[in-house]
Amino acid sequence: MPPRPDAEPTTFESLLAAKEIAIFCGSGGVGKTTTAAAAAAMAAVRLGGKVLVLTVDPAKRLANALGLKGFGNSEIRVPPAAFRAAGQPHPRGELWAAMLDTKQSWDNLVRRHAPDKATVARILENPLYQNISGRFVQSHEYIAMERLYELHSEGHFDLIVVDTPPTRNALDFIEAPERMAEFFSSRFLRLLIVPYRSRLVNVASRPFYQVADRILGSQFLQDIAEFFILFQTMYDGFVERSRAVSRLLRDSRTTFVVVSTLEAAPAHEAEFFINVLNSKRFHLDALVLNKVLPSYFNSDPAGRRAAALVERAPELAAKVAAVTDGALEAPHVERVLTEVGESFANFAVVAQREAAQRAELSAAPSVVAAVPSFDTDIYDLGGLLRLGEKFWT
Amino acid sequence: MPAPLSLLDRKLVFVTGKGGVGKTAVTAALGSLAAERGKRTLVCEVDAKGNLADFFETGPTRFEERQIQPGLWAMSMDTEASLKQYLTLQLKLGLMARIGPLARMFDFVATAAPGVKEIVTVGKLCWEVRERHYDIVIVDAAPTGHIVGQLAAPQAINGLIQVGPVRQQTGWMLDILGDARTTGVVIVTTPEEMPVNETIELQARLQAETNVDLAAVIVNRVLPELFGRREEEVFDRLWEPDVRELLEGEVGGSLEPLLQGARMAVTLRRTRTEHLERLREGIDQRVPLLYLPYLFARAHGLRSTRQLAEALSAELGF
Repeated sequence: MPPRPDAEPTTFESLLAAKEIAIFCGSGGVGKTTTAAAAAAMAAVRLGGKVLVLTVDPAKRLANALGLKGFGNSEIRVPPAAFRAAGQPHPRGELWAAMLDTKQSWDNLVRRHAPDKATVARILENPLYQNISGRFVQSHEYIAMERLYELHSEGHFDLIVVDTPPTRNALDFIEAPERMAEFFSSRFLRLLIVPYRSRLVNVASRPFYQVADRILGSQFLQDIAEFFILFQTMYDGFVERSRAVSRLLRDSRTTFVVVSTLEAAPAHEAEFFINVLNSKRFHLDALVLNKVLPSYFNSDPAGRRAAALVERAPELAAKVAAVTDGALEAPHVERVLTEVGESFANFAVVAQREAAQRAELSAAPSVVAAVPSFDTDIYDLGGLLRLGEKFWT
Repeated sequence: MPAPLSLLDRKLVFVTGKGGVGKTAVTAALGSLAAERGKRTLVCEVDAKGNLADFFETGPTRFEERQIQPGLWAMSMDTEASLKQYLTLQLKLGLMARIGPLARMFDFVATAAPGVKEIVTVGKLCWEVRERHYDIVIVDAAPTGHIVGQLAAPQAINGLIQVGPVRQQTGWMLDILGDARTTGVVIVTTPEEMPVNETIELQARLQAETNVDLAAVIVNRVLPELFGRREEEVFDRLWEPDVRELLEGEVGGSLEPLLQGARMAVTLRRTRTEHLERLREGIDQRVPLLYLPYLFARAHGLRSTRQLAEALSAELGF
């Protein structure tokens, strides 16, 4: 684990006050998107400045919670009216939101790095490029971090909160820039391009082409080659850029926040993230535990009372019927008492399991916040801020 | 209208769902149930998370299928191993498959040519079906955000690669995937906002972008209903001082946490019921909806797999 400075942040407020980028990661279904949006909204209200929340999730969830419809690759300000409606007429700063459009971001990247307009056009038309940039999700991880870098280096925002994509391995995105750099400097890339440049294939690499040709067909190989020949024109800019993105992720101005629930599978995965982030020396500073059951479920005396309600339900029901002069009928009361007791016992079992998980996870990060189960779903900025209040200080 | 195909009568079932809804647990339960009902069953984990094994309390699964229960085999997808098998069996390139740099070349081509990893995955599964090695193959597939890319890979490759053996391969895969008697997708969801949204969205995308049939939607973690209407009135009355003090005297302490806890359970259930109604409205009426209870006692392990399998069995009318 990296050594920590003395004045380590102890609340979300002090953590986010000190950082420029906060990357929220966690497995799917733990409320990561909502938590990231809530943190950004809180930062806009309490810390001031311009705060951007960038969601890179193909599902358009953040839009729901922020009450924005159809926002895209460009950053859009959450209107002051939304803050008024949320009971915060005077937020100290501004809240902005953006959603990653993978295709558009790739196109921008090409426009930036290609040497001339003709090359830009040829790359954008290449069938392989269209597939990489649009259809397949793996490119998402790289472009997400690339876009983060772009937004950060433009300097329009004081704090950028990032909701990471639901990847197969939820930490893929931190390695994506390095992999992208490796990919474009690969020996195989050069190997693949050679025959289409010189038509001379040396003896050593011939079997490679034979296999590749038999599997993929030569037209396809040609498409690949053309794609990379075009891409090579952008090589230097591209690799340099990937490395810069990589550095930014490790910068001390960047913090990682792991989000989880205390259910077995997500907690297991969160433990894995925490270990990887620490061992790779990223700055992991906070853990948010969502949908945690209220602590009264862990109370032993309450558990004993619940058991008594169930065991003595008929007798207690008769007494209740008597005290209400028969307004409540004993059979109904009996069933209700039994249900109340049994439901408590059921949730108590879950709460005990959660307490054990929580103890395991809480060791590493310096800020640990637990957020209770919310009765209702979050539909607006007010809901996000109420959620944010639960973990902010 | 023909009777809907029973889920377990298909040969290839892709189980998907939003992350966190219990997709792997349901895959394990479906696998258990199929095997118990006498089907030679293969369960395959596609995501490299490796926790399918936890639901059977068995060691880690590998690419080579391994029998883990009577009638039940398990494997995990490994695209590189799958490619090697494909080269050996389909293209008779056994020798080539043993060349060292092949792995790196594959990695490279797969990164360069998106869809290659997906097709090697889907291809292996289709192949097991075509060769009739199993009665049913149940796949713990990619989550909702990724499954369409996986299932649409044969079409995508068809569009990219004009000639060659890979092109020839996609034809029979498309036949298997497109035959509703053979292949189906199961979406696992929970009665919560986002999982329900994603289920409805995925239904539309499956229709628009793939030729694969939606076989069923399985709603996991359905909470029990605590009270009927009359009982709810009784419950509200328990909070009033006369009744409450009587009961607190009898059980020797505050009823507050018990009443709060029950109110939370009622609210949770009510919110979830609303999402369930939205789901019922949003999903094509011909698609069966199956319900699995929230398991309070165990969230993990073989015991939970058994409980879910029993509940599924009842839902499927066995």
